[in-house]
Amino acid sequence: MVKIEFLGPIRQESLEIEAENLKDVANFLQNIDGVNSWLDRCAVAVNSEMCNDLSKKLNSGDIVSILPPVCGG
Amino acid sequence: MELYQGSLDIKSIFSRWLDEERDSNYGAFIPFIGTIRAEDNIEALSFDIYEPILESWFNSWVERAKKRGAKVKMAHSIGDVPIHTSSYISAVFSPKRRVALELIDEFVEDFKANAPIWKYDVINGKRFYAEDRSTPMSGSGILANKEDK
Repeated sequence: MVKIEFLGPIRQESLEIEAENLKDVANFLQNIDGVNSWLDRCAVAVNSEMCNDLSKKLNSGDIVSILPPVCGG
Repeated sequence: MELYQGSLDIKSIFSRWLDEERDSNYGAFIPFIGTIRAEDNIEALSFDIYEPILESWFNSWVERAKKRGAKVKMAHSIGDVPIHTSSYISAVFSPKRRVALELIDEFVEDFKANAPIWKYDVINGKRFYAEDRSTPMSGSGILANKEDK
């Protein structure tokens, strides 16, 4: 199982799903109301490292973080 | 990198940083301080931070600064920060002014675009995500791609 966590203002509890790669995560999240509308503006991290590659392999226990638009300072 | 609950005591933070670098033989120090302005009826801003990625983002800037003979430092608030108090201070220390002037610009701009911090307006005690002032991080949108489905 892979854990998906939603950071900042996205109001969604963490989820655990079976996923072999980030493409599986994308397909899963595109069908969740309240989350899918965020996806075009969100970046992704796997185990706290930013990741731009949908083919990124995932292993059981990995944590995928969904990061909406930021504004520090 | 330093994180604090609530407003920053910027005078004591920058004073300590000056002491830390007193004998480092840097010739130029440039601080950048972010203070909460009173606008749109807000009483405070509020911040969420994802610390593991903020830490790695900051460490990459420590390395970039080091290659140019300089040092960067920063502190940021977590939670509510009332108007007219400060939520952010960063500083560049370098041997000469040119590198410091360039680096503080690059560092603060990249901080705005890629540091994993979320800002909220606080009005009547409620938090409202500052979506219109927020920037998608590098690489945003990959999960919205349906072409390979």
